[in-house]
Amino acid sequence: MSATAGRIIAEPRRSARGPWLSLLLVAGVVAIWEGAKILFNIPTFMPPHVHEIIGDFFRRGGSGELWLFIMAYNAAYTAWEALIGFVLGGIAGLLLAVTFARWRLLERGLLPYVIASQTVPILAIAPMVVVWLGTSWVSKAVIAAYLTFFPVTINMLRGFHSVDRDALALMRSLAAAPRQIFFKLQFPAALPYLFTALRISATASVIGAIVGELPVGSRFGMGVVIINAAQYYNWRPANLWAAILTSAAIGIGFFHAVAAVERRVVRWRPADAEPWQG
Amino acid sequence: MSAPIIEVRGVSKTFGRGAGTTQALNEVSMSVAAGEFVSIIGPSGCGKSTLLRIVGDLVEPTSGTVTVKGKTPHQARLDRDYGIVFQTPVLYEWRTVLRNVELPLEIMGRPRAEWNGRARDMLHLVGLGGFQQHYPWQLSGGMQQRVAIARALVFNPSILLMDEPFGALDELTRERLNLELLSIWSQTSATALFITHSISEAVFLSNRVLVMSPRPGRIERTVAIDLPQPRTAHTRATPQFFELVTHVREGLREDPAVAAGRVVIEEPA
Repeated sequence: MSATAGRIIAEPRRSARGPWLSLLLVAGVVAIWEGAKILFNIPTFMPPHVHEIIGDFFRRGGSGELWLFIMAYNAAYTAWEALIGFVLGGIAGLLLAVTFARWRLLERGLLPYVIASQTVPILAIAPMVVVWLGTSWVSKAVIAAYLTFFPVTINMLRGFHSVDRDALALMRSLAAAPRQIFFKLQFPAALPYLFTALRISATASVIGAIVGELPVGSRFGMGVVIINAAQYYNWRPANLWAAILTSAAIGIGFFHAVAAVERRVVRWRPADAEPWQG
Repeated sequence: MSAPIIEVRGVSKTFGRGAGTTQALNEVSMSVAAGEFVSIIGPSGCGKSTLLRIVGDLVEPTSGTVTVKGKTPHQARLDRDYGIVFQTPVLYEWRTVLRNVELPLEIMGRPRAEWNGRARDMLHLVGLGGFQQHYPWQLSGGMQQRVAIARALVFNPSILLMDEPFGALDELTRERLNLELLSIWSQTSATALFITHSISEAVFLSNRVLVMSPRPGRIERTVAIDLPQPRTAHTRATPQFFELVTHVREGLREDPAVAAGRVVIEEPA
């Protein structure tokens, strides 16, 4: 609660240094990667050279298209599925948390099943969902939603329960209606918890969409690219690595999109309470 | 003195069940007249906060009756008779200082046009006119607590309940806020019930000081404070002030647990 005004100055320095550190880290990883290949004489298919992976994006595929565009197209497809799943899962997770917070008996009765739902391997569930809902983007979005809702529910519940007791007592002393207590206190107080969850969910939704594309019958998306590239790995290893890089880029993009929204919404927080910037 | 605004009769409060019960209050009776400033002082665990919360309908008494303006505390709460200041400022960190002070008016459904003017006036009254657009974390602890006082008084409640509002502040800030509180309070018509564990604070602020003892919580003695009004920084240096402080301290010493050194009258950390 109490804080010193000195924290205000912390922000500009942080955000200016972050990108440079990331670049430096990438350069370091590349150096170790290539250095190890030379030192231990590692064959190309183990991990290919970095320039081979980058080069793969500029190779022409079977239809004569650049792989850069093939990757971009499939990445956009996966990102779309993940986004829909993220939104659906986020809403579902939020509603579940609100329901549980409102009716504690439901929480005690149903929360174990919610937790159990996440212990089942997503790889086992994905084929069933695809069979039920077809091979279009809908089934993938549903699988993405399945991975998204859980962190939101758990974190929001924590957020609702962590509301300061005297902050609630204040509302009570003002004879506030339950609706007012929720919208003016509990929900805003839980917002930082929501965004923590959304950051986890952002990457999980991409994983969900990709896993949803793995079963036979899917035609587009990074999951399909990864399956194909894996089959030809011995022949052209760089392709799989390029697919991995592309998939990771989607997840990182999602993560930063959520972080950017958070910075706009949760403006009241001091700059150094923000551990994920950069 | 006029008819009591707060009337507490034979109130007991027991927490927990079975072997783990604690009796927080035992047969406590007291009353506060309209416009009075009454402090309750006692060591930690004497149930003084519980008593305040029972008056404010935040805690149910186990037995006994409380009447507030001739009503049940529950009805008084629904009628918005209470402005409360807690130990911590309890500001909503996502709201600016101004919006924090507007909160009660918002909750009560007062016309929106009224919020801003009322809240600004209150902030000027507590000396924070220039901090309306700040967020709570940008203010010092003393400033935050002043915002909390502004919020408690913004809707003109008839009763001001304060639960050790300055307990977490340093001695200098506390003495300054004591003075400010009195000048703010004198501009309202509110009846004040004030919880503290600082003897000098209780004497300085009050018309009457109720001294409580723990295990089980009860009122040990009542000390009438007949210091002249208005009270100033000079009041603390008068012999009469020292006399009354000593008198209250003796009341606390009467408690055998305190006398034996088993209970320490705590100064805040």
